[in-house]
Amino acid sequence: MFKRIEEDRRRAVEIFVEGQSVTAREGDTVAAALLASGLDVRRSTAVSGAPRLPYCMMGVCFDCLVTIDGMGNRQGCLVPVREGMRIEIQKGKREIGR
Amino acid sequence: MTSIPQRDAYDVVVIGAGPAGLAAAALTAGAGLATLLVDENMGPGGQVWRAITTTPVKEKRLLGDDYWAGQRLVDDVRASGAEILQRATVWSLDRTLEVGLSIDGGARLVRAKRIILATGALERPFPIPGWTLPGVMTAGAAQTMLKSSGLLPQGRVVVAGQGPLLWLLSAQILRMGGMIDLVLDTADRRNRLRALPHLPPFLTSPYFFKGLAMMREVRARTQVVGGVTSLAARGSGRVEALAYEAGGRRSEIPVDVLLLHQGVVPNVNLAMAAGVRHRWDDVQLCWVPELDERGESSVAGIHVAGDGAGIGGASVAVHRGRIAARAVIEALKPEAGLALADHATLASELARAERGRAFLDVLFQPARQFRIPADETVVCRCEEVTARDIRESVALGATGPNQLKAYRRTGMGPCQGRLCGLTVTELMAEARGRTPAEIGYYRLRAPVKPITLAELASLPKGEDATKAVVRG
Ligand code: FES
Repeated sequence: MFKRIEEDRRRAVEIFVEGQSVTAREGDTVAAALLASGLDVRRSTAVSGAPRLPYCMMGVCFDCLVTIDGMGNRQGCLVPVREGMRIEIQKGKREIGR
Repeated sequence: MTSIPQRDAYDVVVIGAGPAGLAAAALTAGAGLATLLVDENMGPGGQVWRAITTTPVKEKRLLGDDYWAGQRLVDDVRASGAEILQRATVWSLDRTLEVGLSIDGGARLVRAKRIILATGALERPFPIPGWTLPGVMTAGAAQTMLKSSGLLPQGRVVVAGQGPLLWLLSAQILRMGGMIDLVLDTADRRNRLRALPHLPPFLTSPYFFKGLAMMREVRARTQVVGGVTSLAARGSGRVEALAYEAGGRRSEIPVDVLLLHQGVVPNVNLAMAAGVRHRWDDVQLCWVPELDERGESSVAGIHVAGDGAGIGGASVAVHRGRIAARAVIEALKPEAGLALADHATLASELARAERGRAFLDVLFQPARQFRIPADETVVCRCEEVTARDIRESVALGATGPNQLKAYRRTGMGPCQGRLCGLTVTELMAEARGRTPAEIGYYRLRAPVKPITLAELASLPKGEDATKAVVRG
């Protein structure tokens, strides 16, 4: 959905999305890295299971909720990527205890 | 920059590091007041100067002069001695001026003698059929990705809506080599006549030439259709097409990324939860806090500055930040206030910055159908409640947004009404034949952002809290 400009000289950061290696850049938020990854990163809502992607990118809409390093319901648009970060796409309701 | 607050108590806590917050914190800290500046983002700048210290877009002309103007304020605040805390979410604020913060999974409370709320603006809800489909985003979201990560929308891109940000974003995308298939302008042409009395000051304001130049830049490089009166996104599983109507003609075009925008409104959640009185603004069509001329609210010690006090844009926000900061300094350290420009000077600078705004406010009032949607449109994205559901609840007896929660859970999802609140107020007002002021808004309470129980439990315990649970 999004592509990087060529003049981007920031350091590469490797993250794992559902186990798959993705190259992000230092300073990306998780949500931005996911949208730039080319992978299908749609989550599904807890209410009806409808697919969603980030909508506001500024912490308002909560459509970017993801599981980061085992912790669920994080706002991907507010969390910076870190080397080795593990990200899971949330499908439906959050599981108890996560 | 620190990662946890260095003290339990400050003279001033400034919430939000956009134009108003940066300007305010630089002044209060510069005057020797212990100042904490807290902000939710990764770096200072707010939305308008987002990622100004880290953006990969280095060539200055691409993001434009108004963007780079923020650098000086960031430098000022860094030199001022203010403590700056990024990635800190404020989840509570009350009348005792205690601030609840969440930092990297841990909660903290800090006290302040004065609060300056500079929580800025958010984009007005734009409820059209299909706006929840993946691939539909706000123009602001695309601009955030462009500034902070150098990301350009890809595929068939359509930008729809109205207002200065829509044109700025389109110009920036095109300058950076991105493609836009179509810009759909929903500005209501009937507003032009109504805005006319406000035209003279607008013509002498910087908005005029900048706005014209930007629109010309966009029109030269992509197709623009004006007078758009309806929009509907379609697709299964993601957005695939956009149907629209302009001048009575219906069309449908394929689309991969649809960027929506119809202006910004004050982000009032925290101020409302703190008990600050708000009023409905009949021109800007949103809630604004009731403030005195120095930015102090109905809650003693809480000042509001910047777009959160009513939409004015970045330079107005800077002036409002300075006025609030001056009032705080005068109250806490009068001798330091003497060294600052007096209130009358600051107020006249503010008036100059506000010139031309009244024209834009009327010109860009969104048309009714884009604020009060037809039945099948989702209004509350979190709980997936449609306009029809809400109208039916009104017919069954729901009188306002707070009763509606019991019927439909609107506003009770994680966004806490930020993306449905204005729509719900206006929709219920229309359905009941009342004014938005009579209908009111959701009663907001802390936590204004979701916080885990583990975080709350991690709060350092005071003596009272310990005594309350220890026996004997
Ligand atoms: S994308 Fe809206 S909260 Fe993250």
